[in-house]
Amino acid sequence: MPSLKDLKNRISSVKSTRKITKAMQMVAAAKLRRAQEAAEMARPYTERFNAVMAKLAASVGDAENAPRLLSGTGEDKVHLLVVMTAERGLCGGFNANIAKLAKAEADSLIAAGKTVKIITVGKKGRDAMKRDYRQYFIDHVDMTEVKRVGYADAQAIASGVLSRFDAGEFDVAKIFYAQFQNVVTQIPTKQQIIPAEIGEADEAETGSFYDFEPDENAILADLLPRGVATQIFSALLENAASEQGARMSAMDNATRNAGEMIDKLTIEYNRSRQAVITNELIEIISGAEAL
Amino acid sequence: MAETVQFDLVSPERLLVSVAAREVLIPGAEGDLTALPDHAPLITTLRPGIVRVSGPDGDKEYVVTGGFAEINGQSISVLAERALPREDMTQDHFKSMVNEATERLNRVKEENAEEHGLIDDATKLLHDMVAVGDHIGMSPN
Repeated sequence: MPSLKDLKNRISSVKSTRKITKAMQMVAAAKLRRAQEAAEMARPYTERFNAVMAKLAASVGDAENAPRLLSGTGEDKVHLLVVMTAERGLCGGFNANIAKLAKAEADSLIAAGKTVKIITVGKKGRDAMKRDYRQYFIDHVDMTEVKRVGYADAQAIASGVLSRFDAGEFDVAKIFYAQFQNVVTQIPTKQQIIPAEIGEADEAETGSFYDFEPDENAILADLLPRGVATQIFSALLENAASEQGARMSAMDNATRNAGEMIDKLTIEYNRSRQAVITNELIEIISGAEAL
Repeated sequence: MAETVQFDLVSPERLLVSVAAREVLIPGAEGDLTALPDHAPLITTLRPGIVRVSGPDGDKEYVVTGGFAEINGQSISVLAERALPREDMTQDHFKSMVNEATERLNRVKEENAEEHGLIDDATKLLHDMVAVGDHIGMSPN
């Protein structure tokens, strides 16, 4: 049975934990709003970009001359997995879920006899992946210094990936990130970025014939690398929002748990205090009776 | 009231403008072009330059660093890699843009000394960038 003093200490330590988690929750809520706004603002670009890509891809038609970023290398041997996670923990299952998805993919690729290469973005993902897949690691992008994700960050990652592709280091690239659904749900997602997967153009829009300046292939060659950067950028933004959302709900839970713990401890404290008083009374009374 | 066309200028980070424009000057990769309402459908890449929009509140200018534009009868969308309203353009911004272009040229020169096409492209990019500076009265140094 812990002494009264021990109980008191524990209560005060849990109280300060609660204060910290409460503060972290509020910080995450503020950051989440900003991250969501950023994701919202980036949406028009992505939407239009994809629409134009679909039109272009539809009009290029013949796969023979299409750039390799679109048609692929014709092989399917070496897979590059770009695993994007957070730099910091204390955000529930956020990092673990992304890592789990990436690991499942890596395992199934390895089982199918493919070569796997891994690039991680964010420290937590690196730690999680490094445990089991050390030999497949080729690079890590550090985002510790990045306070707010900008397009330049995405471009830097994309150009790294693209130069590896040009050097023939891999055939297929996929990115792993968490899609932001709402504060409690973030969906770990994998998305293929090379070769590009392009949605079908709307029926109504393909009707109009576009002029291209310069020709289709030149534009496509210019756009595809941008497409990779754009996809990485929107994944980074989704990730940022997801991270804050996950942290917010994790910290909300932690705050609630701390509250429950304090209640329990307080009851225990009161009980043992009462027990001590009762004991003392019994001693006094039995002492008086013995006289 | 003259005819107008919906004009949007977006960068990856945000939507800069969305107005009904009477005409839009676009720095296409193969030369400037002015798009009026009911322009024939066209997709073009951009070179660094100035986009000028004649909108409801007069002419506005934006500095863009490349990207592409989609024009069709109903709307004009410019998707710029980086875009800034001209009045927000500072010497620092401009300098970093020119530096970036210079770096790229140097890198291309080092890596692909054989491929003149790439070097020419990068050189042109730098020249375009400097030309933008001339236009808005900023020097690369």
